[in-house]
Amino acid sequence: METLILMILGIVVAPVLGGLVSGIDRRVTARLQSRFGPPILQPFYDVAKLFGKVKVINNFWQVFCAWVYLIAAALSVGLLFAQSDLLLIFFVQAIGAVFLVMGGLASPSPFSQIGAQRELIQVLTYEPLIILVFASIFMVTGSFRIDEILNYDQPLLAKLPLMFIVLGYALTIKLRKSPFDFSTSHHAHQEIVKGVLTDYSGPYLGIIEIAHWYETIFILGICALFWHTSLVGVVVLLATTYFAEILIDNTMARMTWRWMLKYVWSVGLAMSFVNLIWLHAG
Amino acid sequence: MLKKFIDNSRAKSPWIMHFDCGSCNGCDIEVLACLTPMYDVERFGVVNVGNPKHADVLLVTGTVNPRNAKVLRNIYDQMPDPKGVIAIGACGLSGGIFRECYNVLGGIDKVIPVDIYVPGCPAKPEAIIDGVVAALAKFEGLKG
Repeated sequence: METLILMILGIVVAPVLGGLVSGIDRRVTARLQSRFGPPILQPFYDVAKLFGKVKVINNFWQVFCAWVYLIAAALSVGLLFAQSDLLLIFFVQAIGAVFLVMGGLASPSPFSQIGAQRELIQVLTYEPLIILVFASIFMVTGSFRIDEILNYDQPLLAKLPLMFIVLGYALTIKLRKSPFDFSTSHHAHQEIVKGVLTDYSGPYLGIIEIAHWYETIFILGICALFWHTSLVGVVVLLATTYFAEILIDNTMARMTWRWMLKYVWSVGLAMSFVNLIWLHAG
Repeated sequence: MLKKFIDNSRAKSPWIMHFDCGSCNGCDIEVLACLTPMYDVERFGVVNVGNPKHADVLLVTGTVNPRNAKVLRNIYDQMPDPKGVIAIGACGLSGGIFRECYNVLGGIDKVIPVDIYVPGCPAKPEAIIDGVVAALAKFEGLKG
C-alpha cells in the first residue's frame, strides 16, 4: 500500500519538479549569457500553450509512440519513488527511449529520420554506462533494490566517485545538452531543424516535453542515490551537478555522433574499470 | 480553469518563426537583434524556432514574387492554429521600392492573411517587439 502511495506521489510530483528544474535551467542559462531570461514558470506556459493548439498528426504511430514514451517515463519515475529494482526501472526507461526513436522514424520527414537515427546512437551510448553504474552500485551495496541501497550506511560517492562522473555523461546526453545535443536541441536552429521532434507538434510535443521532465527527474533521482545518507548532501550534490550541466551546455559546441561514441565510450568505460578495480582492491 | 490557464499561456509563450521572403537582410538582422542580450525577447517567452509546426507567430520580411509565394503559402499552411502573421518592413507591407517591379506581387498580404504590419526600412527591433506584443492581443482575443 505504501509502495503504491509513493509511486503515485512520484508520478504526480515529478513533472512539477521537472518543469521547475527546466525553468530554472533557462533562467540560469540566460543569466550566463547576460540576458534577463524568461520567468521560472515558462516551461509550464509553453506546455499549456502546446495543449491548446490544434492537433496536426502524420499517422497513428506518431501519436502512439508519444504516449508510450510518456507512460514509460512516468512509470520509471514512479518505480524509482516506490524504491523498486534498479534493473526493472532501467528497462522500463529504455522502452520509452526506444519508442521516441520509433515515433521519429514513423514520420517521412528527412529531418525527423536523421534525428531519430542520431537519438538511437545516443541511446546506444548512454545505456551501457547506466548499466555499469547500476552494476557498481550492486557491487558496493550487494543489492539492486533501492530500499536496500538506502539502508547502506555511507554515501556511495565516497566509493564510486568516478562512476558518478560516468553518470554525469549519461545525464548530459539525456538532458540533450551541448556537446551531445545533436538528435534535437533546446535551442533554436539546428542543422536538422528540430531533429527527432520535427514532426511532433501541438499537444504531442507537449506530451514529449512532459516525458522529458520525467526523464530529467529520473536521472537526477539516480544521482541522488550517490549521497542518500543526508538530505543536505542530496540537495548540494544535485544543485552542483545541474549547475555543472548548464555550464557545460553554455561553454561547449555541438559535436558529431562519431566523436560522442568514441569519447564517451572510451572515457566512460576507462573510468568504470578504474573505479571497479579500485573497489575490488580496496 | 484549465482553459483559462491555456489561454493565458498562449499570450505568454509565442514561439516565432522568421521567413525571409526575398528581403535585403536589413529587416532580418533587426529580427535577430531582438534575441540578443540587448533586447532579449525570451523575457516574454518568445523562442525563435526553425520549424513551422512548432511556431505560433510567423514573421515575414521582404517582397513576394511568384516563386516564393508558394513557399510562403506552404509554411503558413504547416503552422497549426491558432497562429498569427506579422509583416515586417516596407517591402513586406507593400513591396516597398520594388512594388512596381515586373516580378513582384506586392506585400505579404497578397498571399496570406496578415494580422500586424510593422513599417520601417529596416524596421527597428523595438517596433518588431511591439508588433509581436500586438499579435498577442489577437491570442488574448481568443479567450472565451
